[in-house]
Amino acid sequence: MPNDATALQLVLSGDPALFAIVRLSLYVSLSAVALAALIGIPLGAFIALTKFPGRQGAIVLLNALMGLPPVVVGLAVYLVLSRSGPLGSFGLLFTAGAMIIAQTVLVTPIIAALTRQTIEDLWIEYRDELTAMNLGPLDRVTALIWDARFSLVTALLAGFGRAAAEVGAIIIVGGNIEGFTRTMTTAIALETSKGDLPLAVGLGLVLIAIVIAVNAMAWTVRRAGERLAG
Amino acid sequence: MNMLTRRLIIAVTASLVFAGHAAAQDKSIVVASTTSTQDSGLFGHILPMFKAKTGIEVKVVAQGTGQALDTARRGDADVVFVHAKPAEEKFLSEGFGVKRYPVMYNDFILIGPKADPAGVKGSKDIVAALTAIKAKGADFISRGDKSGTHQAELNLWKVAGVDIAKDKGPWYKEIGQGMGAALNTASASNAYVLADRGTWLSFKNRGDLVIAVEGDKRLFNQYGVMLVNPEKHPSVKKDLGQQFIDWLVSAEGQKAIADYKINGEQLFYPNANDSGA
Amino acid sequence: MRAPSSELPVVFDGVTVTAGPVTILDHIALTLAPGAPTVLIGPNGSGKSTLLRVAMGLLAPSRGRITWGGLENVPPLKRAIVFQRPAMLRRSAAANLRFALRAAGVPRAEHARRTAELLELVGLGHLADRAARSLSGGEQQRLALARALARDPAILFLDEPTASLDPTATKAVEDIIRTVSERNIKVVMATHDLGEARRLAGDVVMLHRGRIVENGATASFFDRPQTAEARTFLAGELLV
Repeated sequence: MPNDATALQLVLSGDPALFAIVRLSLYVSLSAVALAALIGIPLGAFIALTKFPGRQGAIVLLNALMGLPPVVVGLAVYLVLSRSGPLGSFGLLFTAGAMIIAQTVLVTPIIAALTRQTIEDLWIEYRDELTAMNLGPLDRVTALIWDARFSLVTALLAGFGRAAAEVGAIIIVGGNIEGFTRTMTTAIALETSKGDLPLAVGLGLVLIAIVIAVNAMAWTVRRAGERLAG
Repeated sequence: MNMLTRRLIIAVTASLVFAGHAAAQDKSIVVASTTSTQDSGLFGHILPMFKAKTGIEVKVVAQGTGQALDTARRGDADVVFVHAKPAEEKFLSEGFGVKRYPVMYNDFILIGPKADPAGVKGSKDIVAALTAIKAKGADFISRGDKSGTHQAELNLWKVAGVDIAKDKGPWYKEIGQGMGAALNTASASNAYVLADRGTWLSFKNRGDLVIAVEGDKRLFNQYGVMLVNPEKHPSVKKDLGQQFIDWLVSAEGQKAIADYKINGEQLFYPNANDSGA
Repeated sequence: MRAPSSELPVVFDGVTVTAGPVTILDHIALTLAPGAPTVLIGPNGSGKSTLLRVAMGLLAPSRGRITWGGLENVPPLKRAIVFQRPAMLRRSAAANLRFALRAAGVPRAEHARRTAELLELVGLGHLADRAARSLSGGEQQRLALARALARDPAILFLDEPTASLDPTATKAVEDIIRTVSERNIKVVMATHDLGEARRLAGDVVMLHRGRIVENGATASFFDRPQTAEARTFLAGELLV
């Protein structure tokens, strides 16, 4: 087992560079999950509750997009945000904004597909009651989404896990620039390629610890909520 | 539901504010350079000096030479700083660069296993060494990624009279990755690999690898810097970019480059005044 | 007490409901008028649930028409239904009621008062803040009743409300139904429990294979059944 005292020392001494990297990782991935939720939850609910031509195809496509390879997403977003690309004038390439965009693209299908499944199952359970209460479509959707809140939190965590773990997309659109777009995963990739394996392993353990912490927090919130609402 | 919505809105707004703030820090340039230059640690040494003097933040995007030039062609960088003269001159002739300035050189070295199956350790003749490696079928790792190092390697095979594209055998492994990855692979499989001295000096995972061949004049690796042509890409920060270039070739910048050492060893030799470089 | 409303009478005029080749309701002619509870009885699969859903407005007839107070296509503002296994929202009992009140358009200022009232009526005042899904079957059924009453309905449909309840819970629910009926709300209830029909019904409608087989005041139905099917059913034999 390689000596990972270096990374541990960095953590314990509160090394500012390490903390900046951790902060950036959380900022990028949490922002992506928030945006993906804003898009994905209504989208999933819409597909679950609306009959439209090609609906089955849309469901299959949504499920398939959960497995989008991050590096492909990175390449696609890079081409779009490049100065030579359609959205180049925003100057977003090689910034944290580009990384958030790429991860949002990755995470939205996950949240949308899981939302769709959850809401569709709930609709089967509540259909009679909600129809009998003469609710309009918006009220129906909000009632279902609120009722599904715990399952949706799990979907958000799945999305966060995906975002926090990936490197292929953000290294292409972010450029792994020290101090600006270097996150935990891109730093690990860099240190590995430089042959500094102990540091890379240490960073990896820090990353895993953070992901576990986020999940533990969400679990606590969920348990407390469930106790209150059954 | 209200609480959740509220939190989401705060998160999104905060993101946009943050991103906007970052964009407002405008005294910065993007320099497309290579992974080997980045890995050598040179930028960590000289860029703080440049920032202290001019207040300009230099953001280095480190890629393979081919990718760095491509990034510059697309207008996604302001300055390109690589070490592949033929590719750089092609870049200029296509109109994407303004002018090429030589900056410094370092050298390549042939790294190999201590056991030295091809019997080349200690030689000063890189061409003979490569010929011997091919003859013995000794394992050799190639970067295979159109980088400056890769192009230098291909050039040396050509000088050795080997058409490596045709004559390669299972002993020749192209990995399509950067210098660090190539060294990792060589270390893991006890193979020969052509590396730049800078990356080798900072590389920590050496295993049984040692320097096999060095000092051959044909192993010199010349660096050039160019401003991306603002006529092709009006978004290029030409004033800030030119300031960086001017500093690199100035006495102060050149001294900063020469002063960079690993374990007391100088890595890069400034030669901006060598117009033929 | 409520004044009679324009929701009644509910009139089935030759209503047929088919699903593909299967006929679920066959030429139903029926009038649900204000007054004592109407109880639908009949073997499983006879169409009781479907009839209730059509009367509630959840299902459109394939043929024929249904009118409420003489009008077609009346939105279900003054009607409510309690299903056999009611679905509870993942929130407290009181919150479920508040949701129903909001859905019924009751102003927010009234919610606290009406919630307390309704919970008292169904005997769940002490369980207001409990998770609705953690309540027992009988308690959930009573909460579903409260939810339905939150709509201030003129007519209340109940689909086998005590089918899965034990005798104590059944009695509690039947007591509430009686109270509701005394407040001038028309109750239309499906049950397969003949005893319950006897206890609660003003008039009885018997269905068999989607058709109304017999229809009349409770006493005459039970004491002097007219049709062979009714006699077989009342004798406790299987009606196929």
